[in-house]
Amino acid sequence: MDTISFVFQGLIPVFIFFTVGYGFAKGVPVYDSFVSGAKDGIGIIIGIFPYVLAIFIAVKTFEASGAFDFIRTMFAFVASPFHLPPEVFSVAMVKPFSNAASLGIFTEILKSSGPDSLASIMAAVIMGSAETTFYVLAVYLGAVGIKKTKYLVPVCLAADMTGVVIAIILVKLLY
Amino acid sequence: MNTVWLLVVCLSIVFAVINGKIDGFTKAMFEAGKAAVEVCLYLVGIVSLWLGLTKILEDSGLIYKLSNFFRPAISFLFKNIPEGHPSITSMTLNLLANLFGLGNAATPLGIKAMEDLQTLNTEKNTITFEMMLFIVINTSSIQIVPFTAIGLLASYGSRNPNVIVLPTIIATVISSATAVGILYLFKKFSRKDR
Repeated sequence: MDTISFVFQGLIPVFIFFTVGYGFAKGVPVYDSFVSGAKDGIGIIIGIFPYVLAIFIAVKTFEASGAFDFIRTMFAFVASPFHLPPEVFSVAMVKPFSNAASLGIFTEILKSSGPDSLASIMAAVIMGSAETTFYVLAVYLGAVGIKKTKYLVPVCLAADMTGVVIAIILVKLLY
Repeated sequence: MNTVWLLVVCLSIVFAVINGKIDGFTKAMFEAGKAAVEVCLYLVGIVSLWLGLTKILEDSGLIYKLSNFFRPAISFLFKNIPEGHPSITSMTLNLLANLFGLGNAATPLGIKAMEDLQTLNTEKNTITFEMMLFIVINTSSIQIVPFTAIGLLASYGSRNPNVIVLPTIIATVISSATAVGILYLFKKFSRKDR
């Protein structure tokens, strides 16, 4: 696994070397080019900032108000007849909003139920196969100033839910 | 987004009042401000870095060659993108970065891809189908090897953390395919879209 990780990490330096090398060979003033491209970065982030702030406010206050704990207990109630570890739903619920928070819950599960338990494996698969949907939406849409998103949000939510259900069923079947 | 945000914030306020955690709520708001600034500062660095690099790609003309090269792979999903358009390269690079789990390259390239897609957009504040497709693929996560999860499992002493690789890949493939399927379903039922 470490070798694969090493090879993947190596892709970026190789890509950078290739980009700069090719540019140089084509007679591009690579330094000037890089600087003129990089100067647009800060403008984009200034545009994104309010969107990121809005998402963070929603996530942090939701956690702090105890609303999140309430939903957790709700899920525990729903999960019990299916013999599913309720903690798994916490990861699934938080992952679309915040990567850091879902990592926190994941480590809690690892500590409380052990790294080889069903709950840990389910949570790990959900961690790996779900994305921080709302953060991606805020950043990508904010970057280009899109306001009318048509049916994008319901599609993403439906896709997230299917992903979680599939992850749970798969782990149930395989272990 | 308006509905989701309104719902979450209102729920938070209601729960904060019921649970008597109003001071926690206020504190969380300021923490959110701090966290947003930190994330954006971090993004300024890596986004600028990748924009600088892709500018070299553009100036050397390589991006257009790469776009023609990647076009066959991506055009069966993204049909309305003209030949040699830079968005093909930025989208492909973003998807590759996601596949290999290179998160800090994926976001900047994704932002670049959105900007490139925006140049094809006629109504600047309305999303295009290509953008939706690109975002849906991104949010359904297409990572091959879930390094973070494996690393954490291993550090807590799992006997075999690699057991999650296969189910993760299967779950990812199925959920991405379903996501694209759902998007096409929505497209079919909302006649306004092309």
